[in-house]
Amino acid sequence: MSDFPLVFERGMPGRRAARPPVTEGAGMAELLGEDALRAHPPRLPEVSELDLVRHYTQLAHRQFSIDGNFYPLGSCTMKYNPKLHEDAADRFLDLHPYQDPDHAQGILALLHGLQGDLATITGMDAISLQPAAGAHGELTGILMIRAFHEANGEGEQRRVVICPDGAHGTNPATASMAGYDVVEVPTGPDGEVDFAAFEAALGPDTAAVMLTNPNTLGIFERRILRMSAAAHAVGAQLYYDGANLNAVVGRARPGDMGFDVVHLNLHKTFTTPHGGGGPGTGPVGVKAHLAPFLPAPLVAREGDRFVLDTDRPRSIGRMRSFYGNVGNLVRAYAYIRTLGAEGLRRVSSMAVLNANYLRVRMKEAGFTIAFDRVNMHEFVAQPPAGLRTLDIAKALLDHGVHPMTVYFPLIVKEAMMVEPTETESLETLDAYAAILAEVLERAQADPGYLAEAPRSTPVRRLDETTAARKPVLRYGFTAG
Amino acid sequence: MPYVPHTDDDVRRALAAIGVDRVDDLFADVPAEILDPPLDLPAPMDEVTLLAHLDALAARDQQAVPTFLGGGVRRHFIPAVTPRLALQGEFVTAYTPYQAEVSQGVLQSTFEFQTMMSELTGLPNSNASMYDGASAVAEAALLAVRQTHRETVMVSRAVHPETREVLQTYLWPLDIDVEVVDLEPSLTTPVPGVGDHVAALIVQDPNHLGYLEDMPAMAAAAHAAGALLIAVVDPLALAVLREPGSYGADIAVGDGQVLGVPMQFGGPAFGFMVVTDALLRQLPGRLVGQTTDVDGRRAFVLTLQAREQHIRRSKAKSNICSNHQLAALLATVNMAALGPTGLREMAEATVRRAHRLAAALRGAGADVAPNERFFAEFVLRTRAEGATVRRRLAKRGVRAGVPVPPEYGIGNAVTLAATELTTDADIEALLAALHDVGELGVVGTEVVA
Repeated sequence: MSDFPLVFERGMPGRRAARPPVTEGAGMAELLGEDALRAHPPRLPEVSELDLVRHYTQLAHRQFSIDGNFYPLGSCTMKYNPKLHEDAADRFLDLHPYQDPDHAQGILALLHGLQGDLATITGMDAISLQPAAGAHGELTGILMIRAFHEANGEGEQRRVVICPDGAHGTNPATASMAGYDVVEVPTGPDGEVDFAAFEAALGPDTAAVMLTNPNTLGIFERRILRMSAAAHAVGAQLYYDGANLNAVVGRARPGDMGFDVVHLNLHKTFTTPHGGGGPGTGPVGVKAHLAPFLPAPLVAREGDRFVLDTDRPRSIGRMRSFYGNVGNLVRAYAYIRTLGAEGLRRVSSMAVLNANYLRVRMKEAGFTIAFDRVNMHEFVAQPPAGLRTLDIAKALLDHGVHPMTVYFPLIVKEAMMVEPTETESLETLDAYAAILAEVLERAQADPGYLAEAPRSTPVRRLDETTAARKPVLRYGFTAG
Repeated sequence: MPYVPHTDDDVRRALAAIGVDRVDDLFADVPAEILDPPLDLPAPMDEVTLLAHLDALAARDQQAVPTFLGGGVRRHFIPAVTPRLALQGEFVTAYTPYQAEVSQGVLQSTFEFQTMMSELTGLPNSNASMYDGASAVAEAALLAVRQTHRETVMVSRAVHPETREVLQTYLWPLDIDVEVVDLEPSLTTPVPGVGDHVAALIVQDPNHLGYLEDMPAMAAAAHAAGALLIAVVDPLALAVLREPGSYGADIAVGDGQVLGVPMQFGGPAFGFMVVTDALLRQLPGRLVGQTTDVDGRRAFVLTLQAREQHIRRSKAKSNICSNHQLAALLATVNMAALGPTGLREMAEATVRRAHRLAAALRGAGADVAPNERFFAEFVLRTRAEGATVRRRLAKRGVRAGVPVPPEYGIGNAVTLAATELTTDADIEALLAALHDVGELGVVGTEVVA
């Protein structure tokens, strides 16, 4: 079978798909000086419009998506992305970030409304919409905590960020980027943070505690109020990683749990599209004592007018240019305003119902559940002894469904982290469980079955070792 | 209920299978005192009502009028085919391509993106994109600090002010100093004396005010001190301007909005970072590499993940965990649609339109800064404060005038940008509006609101 062509391998010199408006006039050398110009043009594709359409349509067909089939990646909240939101975002495409704010009152009103909605939903006092992704929101939040401690004269003293051993990798990486040392605390036998170890880790050097609740096992930290009290008792700030908010949105608020800072992943709970890996959007909410440190600018209201408030002398500064991923903020606003409070409660209720249902079905299919108890929006399973999670994941691809998140959290061997979300029907979950059962059955009957999977995908298992050892990161323009 | 498919029977069936009586039993682990707080949110809207509400908001925003705003975001031609192809549901609703066998659409298009960014910048190794240009500059500075083990970066004042603010935010917690290089009267950066304590020199070309910098001299000055040159570039301009690889830049970074992403009030677009081979293993963010599958077919996969947070945790090069894939895909499809000829024509038309605008303003007596080496934008000195001029022009139906901040020491001024979409009628509208607001012609003849 021949290789699927790159766009560079299609077309012919002299072809092109699109023609911009052309302006004739003086040459570039005359206008800018010969020394300013490049010697050779970039080698870009030269394809007709139909070549182009076929290429990217065929590539789309080589891509798994939520629109295509069930995509239960744990911690990723792969829920349906409503088409309505695309129409909503289209209404604000031609806005320039530097246009006169008095002539951008519509979008500023929307952003102000979203700040308020997210503050209500999280139980926080103020929101910045600026961060471009969850990890970016984490950095924003931890930098605010650092600025807070420095403002209190405790910057030198507080050097440590505490994370559970099940934390998302971004948590310790963020703490490092903010100049902190990381201390991990273990998970106890009930799947929750070991409270004694947690208490022992807290001290006068603790700057922050970063928690996800429910945690990455999909289990709600029942001792959360005691944990936040203990953290605050030593002067630490409590950071809420909002990756798992879909479990409790509308029904429980990080602010009420005692958190001082929260980031939200709008591409998870608030269903802005994942886009193949981004753009995400990671707004940050804080309690009042941290509000002075929020990045500038915020959208503020002055009477009937909305303004960009840049006069924030204690702010940590900017995290990115302009005001945030506004296109996605419009989508999240559309979602919240379509659902309302009751709709959001329904979201978390049905997300948790679906996850528990699928947990039971997977157990029936022969999988082990790590920390088997009622879970929230996701759970972690393990394959029967002797089988590898990776192989089962590859076998699922042959059945046209997507695997769960694999090998995370790190604290569960052969982890399979499953998050079905509320937008899936029970029939879809039943079908997934049936496929999983079939895969186990065939694997036990034929030892070669899993090793050969996948068979029917656009490409089969890849040589990742060579890819990393001899990286080829661009086309060489040598092939026919 | 929107988007939730469960019927009452479904809920009963699921509860029975789980072995609990009520959905609320599944929330028993949440402390009762924090469960179900009242939420004061607006009542839900149906589709028609929502869109009408958004239309009413959008009607308060100035869109689709003559536009001369730049400062990092510009309105450029985006052929209809670009969003139609890039925003197909398969691309929009995919996640990070961890399962490569079913993710060749995202992976291959990213490999194509990396190749195109490498071609534009003349450097070999592009990542899969970053959040935006400003945070990409900050990440590039962190890369330089890791590579050189030095703890100071030098940055030209003509690098976008917001980019410098982001740089400060990222570098502050790590105690890395930022030295700022002031500008010449030509509004360009003098070749600075770079000390051997400096990790990187950061220069933007064209700079924030629109003017071209002497990048080969910047590279020489940086390298003489053992520092890296970080070139902050406009990727559309690179269709005609010399590419960073040709003058020895170590890192090219910038914002890709001009390559086919709608303005969207400033986001999302994408940042990019392209580096030399010597810096490859310090490069943050996702990378797609070519390999083969078990049948020997060419295929693409995320690679060199040992740099990344999900493997290295607190030892990672950066906490970055996503990229701006869909915006980068828009740029990929757009560059493929335009090809080398179309992209060059756009860049050339931008230069010609900007120079035509400057000439028209001068002809009308405006105080255009005397530097002729600009790509898409340039400085106009104004009588009123920049923001005031912008507001007055907006009232007359023209979006123009990014205020030049006081730090540049040139008094009241704005930058004006043109692109290939700027028409002669747009230029006439701007001139008329400038005249109306008292920025052209005899001073002090009228009071303008």
